[in-house]
Amino acid sequence: MSTTTTAHHEEHAEHPTGIMRWLTTTNHKDIGTMYLTFALIMFFVGGAMILAIRAELFQPGLQLLNPEFFNQLIGVHALIMIFAALMPAATGFANWMIPLQIGAPDMALPRLNNWGFWLLPPSAILLTLPFTLAMFGIGDGALATGWTFYPPLSIQGGIGVDFAIFAVHLLGISSVLGSINIIVTLFNMRAPGMTLMKMSLFCWGWLITAFLLVATIPVLAGAVTMLLTDRHFGTHFFDAAGGGDPVMFQHLFWFFGHPEVYILLLPVWGFIPQILETFSRKPMYGYKAQVYSFWAIGALSVVVWAHHFFTSGMPVPALLYFMYSTMAISLPLAVMFFCWIKTMWKGSMSFETPMLFTVGWIILFGIGGLTGLVLADVAADAQYHNSYFVVAHFHYTLFAGGIMGIMAGTYFWLPKMTGHMYNEKLGKLHFWLTAISFNLTFIPQFFLGLAGMPRRIPDYALQFAEFNMISSIAAFVLGLSQLIFVYNIVSCVKGGKKATDRVWEGAHGLEWTLPSPPPYHSFSEQPTVK
Amino acid sequence: MVCSVNIYNMASINEIKALTAKEQLDLKNKLLVRKILWMLLGSLLFAFALVPLYDVLCSLTGLNGKTNNSTAVLSKAKVDNTRWLNVQFTTNVMPGLGWNFYPKQTSIRLHPGQIETVIFIAKNTTNEVVVGRAVPSVTPGIAAANLKKIECFCFVNQSLKPGEEKEMPLRFFVSPELPKDVSDMTLSYAFFPSVDGAK
Repeated sequence: MSTTTTAHHEEHAEHPTGIMRWLTTTNHKDIGTMYLTFALIMFFVGGAMILAIRAELFQPGLQLLNPEFFNQLIGVHALIMIFAALMPAATGFANWMIPLQIGAPDMALPRLNNWGFWLLPPSAILLTLPFTLAMFGIGDGALATGWTFYPPLSIQGGIGVDFAIFAVHLLGISSVLGSINIIVTLFNMRAPGMTLMKMSLFCWGWLITAFLLVATIPVLAGAVTMLLTDRHFGTHFFDAAGGGDPVMFQHLFWFFGHPEVYILLLPVWGFIPQILETFSRKPMYGYKAQVYSFWAIGALSVVVWAHHFFTSGMPVPALLYFMYSTMAISLPLAVMFFCWIKTMWKGSMSFETPMLFTVGWIILFGIGGLTGLVLADVAADAQYHNSYFVVAHFHYTLFAGGIMGIMAGTYFWLPKMTGHMYNEKLGKLHFWLTAISFNLTFIPQFFLGLAGMPRRIPDYALQFAEFNMISSIAAFVLGLSQLIFVYNIVSCVKGGKKATDRVWEGAHGLEWTLPSPPPYHSFSEQPTVK
Repeated sequence: MVCSVNIYNMASINEIKALTAKEQLDLKNKLLVRKILWMLLGSLLFAFALVPLYDVLCSLTGLNGKTNNSTAVLSKAKVDNTRWLNVQFTTNVMPGLGWNFYPKQTSIRLHPGQIETVIFIAKNTTNEVVVGRAVPSVTPGIAAANLKKIECFCFVNQSLKPGEEKEMPLRFFVSPELPKDVSDMTLSYAFFPSVDGAK
């Protein structure tokens, strides 16, 4: 192993240029950039799919899409947004920022890192290829079960299901490789004096995310493998006629699926306090409390899965257990909310784009959390499950809580990564357009859900028409305003006002001690943390 | 980075000390990766272990209304004449099975402990020999373990010739240990095409 790393260091004296630089790179910043670029592209692919759906839902009746294609778009939209946009974006930031924040020269396992990234493009192709194949008359299109793969529908489905199963396998391997790398880096590569309890909260969030991935991705891989053998090799894991049980799939899937929610959110919860302390110009409040809250949420997340299918049939004691344990998650989360607010309290605040996104994030994520408490209530859930209320709820947590948090982080670290300041005016415009159109898209969906509109159906009753129209128009504004984001990033990469090393007046942390942009090899001299 | 040596029981302390800092770090990374790979293997095994565990859990708790699919021993407990119980029957024929299937009576009123026979009628409407398998489920799940079947067509595969109609009996009782708050229960049968391929 030592010989390979020596060779790898010699390579860097004259590292390849052009496409080979990106194909063969083991540099944490290059790989981070590739992850982030991939995530941004897939964000638009998934976004285009949902805009087609919103166009269909603009009016009642079937206008643009046939129901099969509608169902396929819904499932693939979710898989792409979760596995190919949000998770790679978080991994991209991990690659960029973890070595900088802990004072390491690179990630611990650079080759593994390269492999982890290059598994992503093939899996994105696997997910979307069935659409193209169907155009040439091969198969009947992509996975049409929704992203949850529930049997018996997924056992009866066409080749799209097989493609999606293999895509999930590859995506799972990729995230597990990323997680191994992050755990090893955080445990073994910290600079002298950088104890675990001095690490940034972003590093902490990722450490717990990585452990959750290691614990749950194999369960998902196992569940979809059972699905595959049920489909093709005559097993009956989920087939009642052969002694199996389709509800067992729901247990296996959500044993992965619920921690997945926190896998997506924990890295973002790490961004938020760092941005808040920077723009409030005072030290973060309750660092330890937030670290312990991360642990508490990580531990609770693996024991609450069945609240995703309260209505599938469970004894009352089990319903009560899953209800109370789910509600218990709001306690550590409330601790974190108080820490965030207290960090801002009486601070000398200024509202640059990252701070705008963060403050907006706190409010919108709060709405997502509170509506989650409504759904956690067994009695209320019987009414609201599988309705648009659920759709609106998880978009408040995953679009506002996930993607808007990633955007806050992007604006926060972009000057550090590129060495240029982004356009502040355009950044603010992007925030306001995103925040307003996001709310206009999803607040009507809360009302639709309360009124009883079911999700995943291409047609709806006439009384839902107005709210759907508002939601569709706002969704298009939301989608188009993301073009400002891309323009801002691209022009920031190309040039702009030179960024200082510290970039922000109130920034704390090792990454701000390096020049902007950081040299190809971060920390050629190991820093010491006091 | 100098690390504590006692975790490396695979090499002697002197050998480790002879390594450069870079080599020590590589060794340390390798050991940690190995530990994480064991964790991964553990969670994969856990996923597959959940399959039998789920069955055990279901039969213990009556989750999903799973009932015992074998002949029950006749209860020596006396019939509890002080309690009335309403048992309803419902049937489904799953896609791919060209049968009509329904109970002769949709519900029955009985005392806990009392043995009753209910006739279900199945008719093959196709012109082929078809083998089917009935899967029972009891609601509420908490009462599933108390429904005891003495004789049931659901214990084995059922074969019907083209156009054949067959009466299928179910002999059962409800054990008197039934929880006090249960006064109604539903026994549902879903008839699936047999997956064993037996004709």
